[in-house]
This record gives sequence, structure tokens and C-alpha cells, in this order.
Amino acid sequence: MKWGCDMLLQQIVNGLSIGSIYALMAVGYSLIYSLMNFTNFAHGVVVTLGAYFGFYSLTLLSPNIAVAFIVALMFGGVVSSIIELTTYRPLLLKNSKRSYLTIAGLGIQIIVENLLIIMLGGRFKTYPLALFNTGSINFFGSNIGVIDLYILLISIFLLILVELYVNCTKNGLAIRSAAYSTDIASIMGVDVDKLMIKVFFLAGTLAGIAGYFLGIKYTAYPQLSVLSNKAFISAVLGGLGSLTGSVVGAIILGLLETFVSGYISSSLRDIFSFGLLVLVLLFRPTGIMGKSSEDKA
Amino acid sequence: MNEYIIGIIALTGIQLIAMLGVSLLSGFTGLFSFGHAGFMAIGGYVSALSVKYLQIPIFCGVILGVLAATLIGIVVGYPALRLKGDYFLIATLGFGEAVRQIIEYANITGGAKGLPDVAKAFNLPTILLIDILVIILLVNFLRSTHGRNCIAIREEETAAQAMGIDITKYKTISFAISCALAGLSGAMMAHFLQYLHPAMFGMPISNMLIITVILGGLGSITGTILATCILVPLPELLRIENIQSWRMVAYGVIILLIVQFKPSGLYGYKELTFKQIKKYIANLKMRLNRRRKSFD
Repeated sequence: MKWGCDMLLQQIVNGLSIGSIYALMAVGYSLIYSLMNFTNFAHGVVVTLGAYFGFYSLTLLSPNIAVAFIVALMFGGVVSSIIELTTYRPLLLKNSKRSYLTIAGLGIQIIVENLLIIMLGGRFKTYPLALFNTGSINFFGSNIGVIDLYILLISIFLLILVELYVNCTKNGLAIRSAAYSTDIASIMGVDVDKLMIKVFFLAGTLAGIAGYFLGIKYTAYPQLSVLSNKAFISAVLGGLGSLTGSVVGAIILGLLETFVSGYISSSLRDIFSFGLLVLVLLFRPTGIMGKSSEDKA
Repeated sequence: MNEYIIGIIALTGIQLIAMLGVSLLSGFTGLFSFGHAGFMAIGGYVSALSVKYLQIPIFCGVILGVLAATLIGIVVGYPALRLKGDYFLIATLGFGEAVRQIIEYANITGGAKGLPDVAKAFNLPTILLIDILVIILLVNFLRSTHGRNCIAIREEETAAQAMGIDITKYKTISFAISCALAGLSGAMMAHFLQYLHPAMFGMPISNMLIITVILGGLGSITGTILATCILVPLPELLRIENIQSWRMVAYGVIILLIVQFKPSGLYGYKELTFKQIKKYIANLKMRLNRRRKSFD
């Protein structure tokens, strides 16, 4: 355990890289929460499937990193849209309680996780890392992994794209108005049903990419969706429903986790993150940038 | 009866106690907790460790475990219950995971290796006796003013508040009772199995608690009992490959179907009483007689 400056820089890049993956997932949680006021528990499923799609694209389809990226992205979006259409849409039409939507999402997560175990086995699927540049760059005496750097840069690029999409396009305007009130937005001529599909697709693509990155960084395994809990913590930390907030929350969580596991103990990492979640909910349930909880509940 | 079947029945009886706690919280107060396995863990570990290190009788250890689960439940619940909707659910989920992680990390609990050599107690008759006691107490609670207040909160929070019901107080009471029952269940499990492991109290267990209660029917004690008696022993009886995974897949599918088509669950908001059973049998006899007459 070193406290030196080179170690610190390395930790920061590590933290930012894992934080940016959390951010990709957290943005999905936040987008859906801001529209429909419920937590999409099936989001983690898309992340897990994204990791598997990436793995099978690399091993069966073609050993091309970019192709696998596109496959994970597209299939993530498609799976997420299917979940919306088949599960959430009928429930929303029936005006079910919000907690039933959450429970349905949990049901999907349980089904997919266990089907993966049955069909593909519970073992870890290691990505063919020879395809990736696993080297590291020496930067002021500290070794920074090339993969971490790429993940960080691509994630930042994607997050900027999402921010631009929400703030500068017509669809983005529709999303923002629907987040204010779906009823008023639909009176104003926004097709909320179509918009929801679009939002779920967008959230799904980001989740698919996040899954692909997680697959590269760790491996693909059925319980990968556990990591989406971390993204969820980030979204709550930053304020559910706020895009910028969830990115900030994800970066904070990523850095915190890396520092805890780097300087204290890696087995304490998860206690810190879940403890942080409980503390945030107890003392500031709206998060750093969230709306007041009265509006959202 | 051989030992294996007795073991299954006993475990079902032990889990039933936790299920009844979750049933009170979700079915009668309308709060969904995804972290009740955490309270089972607290009850189990506190009881097992206090008996092991403080040399107190097992009975006192169990009571200590229940008290610990209740107290921690109140401490966590008091602020968390002020959160609305999803936030409460998320807070309990985070709590449950945090408890499991702490148990895995700590030394005294045996960490991820588990805690062997827990003192042996509880046999089948005692477990069933405790089950019956818990059911009687719970039914009495639900028939009292306090229970009715909880049900009023489930039906319509704002209206309940307007009628002068202290919502946070009754939510806390309901949460504390469900935590106590979870703790009791965990403590009994520890002393019955003589072994504890963090994985026994992971998120799948929390999920199973809430799923069983929803399947049995929200707002129905008999529904919860029936669902527990069917769902808990089922995987033991059907021993096929990957049974645990298939069971969870089936649970997931059933959950989706129930939420979609019968959100109140199989026996929602109704109780199965002896009167009904008698009526049903009488009805059946009448129909049989009629059919017999028509044959003649």
C-alpha cells in the first residue's frame, strides 16, 4: 500500500473509469424515473445481457471490438424496449400502483438471471482480452491502463451526446416536458407512448454499452446486474430524475469505491457504498441535485 | 416420519414466522421491504453469538436476537418510513445488503466462511407451537385498533391521516413487529440448523419473502400461510438439476402474471375460515346429492 502521488493518479483514473460506467447506467435510471416516477429494476438485466451480447459477438460473430460495441448497444436498446412494451406498458395502461411496476421489474431480473444460469452456466465468461490493448501508459510515473482510459473517454463522449440530445433536440424537449408532467405533455401534442419507447431504447443502449465495458473490465456472469445496484446508488446520490446529478453521483461513488478499496480494504468497498445509500436516503433523500421528494412521491 | 421430512416441515415453520412479519408489513400496511433477510440475519447472528460467547441460555439468546432486530428496525425504520414509495423500498434494500456485507467482513461472525457449532435448540413441536402463538398474536393485533389503523394506512394514506391516525407511528409499529418476527425466525433458524452463513440471508431470501407474500395474497394471513406451506417445501420435494434456478424462474413468471392479472394475489384481502370450508363442503354435498337424484 503506497500513498505516493503516482498511486493517487492511478487511483483517480481507475475511479473515474468505473464511475463513468456507473454514470452510463445511472443516466438510464434517472431518465426513466424522471418520466414515469418509478425505478426500473429490470435495468440491470439489460446490463448483464449487454455483457453477454458483447462476449458472444467477440467469440462467435467476429473478433472486432467495434462490432461487439455496436451489437451490445443495439441489442441493449432492443431488450429494454421489449421489456417496456411487454411488462410496463400493460401495467401503466391499467394504472397499477408504482410499487407493482417495481416488483414486475424485479420479477424480470429474477427470470433472466436464472435463465442465464440454466442455459449458459453460472461460470464467468472471460472476454478474449488479446483483442484489447491491455497495456498501460506511463504518465508522470504512474501506470494508467489503456482500457480504463478508453472506457473513460468513450463514456464521457456518450454522456455529452445524451446531454445534448435531452437539451438541444425536439425529442429532448418532449422528454423534459414529459418529466414535468406526462399529462400536460400529452395535451401539448407529445405522443407519450412513443416517447417512452424512445427513452427505454436510449436507456437500454447506454446499459448495453455499460455491460460491454463491465464485461471487458471484469467478465460476463449472470449476477452482473448486481453492479447496476451501484448505478442505482449513484442515481439516488445525485438525485433521481436529474441527469447531471446522476453523473456527478456516479463519479463520486466510483472515486469513493476505488479509494476505499485502494487505501482501506477492498472487502469494505460495498459496505461503504450501501451505507452511503442508506445515509443519503435518511438525511437527504432528494440527493445532491434532485427535485423535492414531495414532487416525486 | 423420517428425519428429512421433519427437517423440511420444521424449516417451513421457521420461515413462516418471517413470512408473517413481511405479510403484516406489505399486505396490511402497504409497505414493500426488500431487505428483511437483513433482520433475519441480525436475529440469527445476535442469538448465536450471545449464546456462544456470553454463555447465556438459548432462550435468552433468542430473545436478545429478537430485541436486536426490533431495535435496529426501529432505528432504521423511523427515518426511512418518512420516505415515500420507492425510496422506502430502496432504503431497505440497501440496508439488507449492508448487513450481509458487514457480516461477511467482520471476524466475530466467522465472515464469509460461516459460523459453525451454534447451540442446538428447537424441535418440531416447539416450532409449530411458536407458529401458532405468532399467528394468534398477529390475528389479535390485526383485529385491534392498531391493526385497523395499519389497514387504513394501506387503503389510503391521506384519508387515514385525515381521520387522525399517526401514520409514521403506525408504520413504525408495523415495521418493528415485522422486524421482530424476522429476527425470531432468523434466531430459530440459527439454533435449528446449528450453522450460519451470510448467503443464507442474501438478497434472494429477501426477494423470496416478499414474493411468497405477494403470491399468497396481500392482506391475507391464511394466504401467506398457504403460500409458505406450498412454496417453501416445493424445491425440496422436486429434486431435479438446477432446481433452485428453475424455481426462481417460475417465481419470476408467476410474479409477472400476478402483477399483471391479479394484483391482489391468490387469496388477496380475504381469509380462509372454517366457516367457509364448512359452507363449501355443504355445498359440495348438496350438489352431489342433486346429481345422484338426477341419475335416479
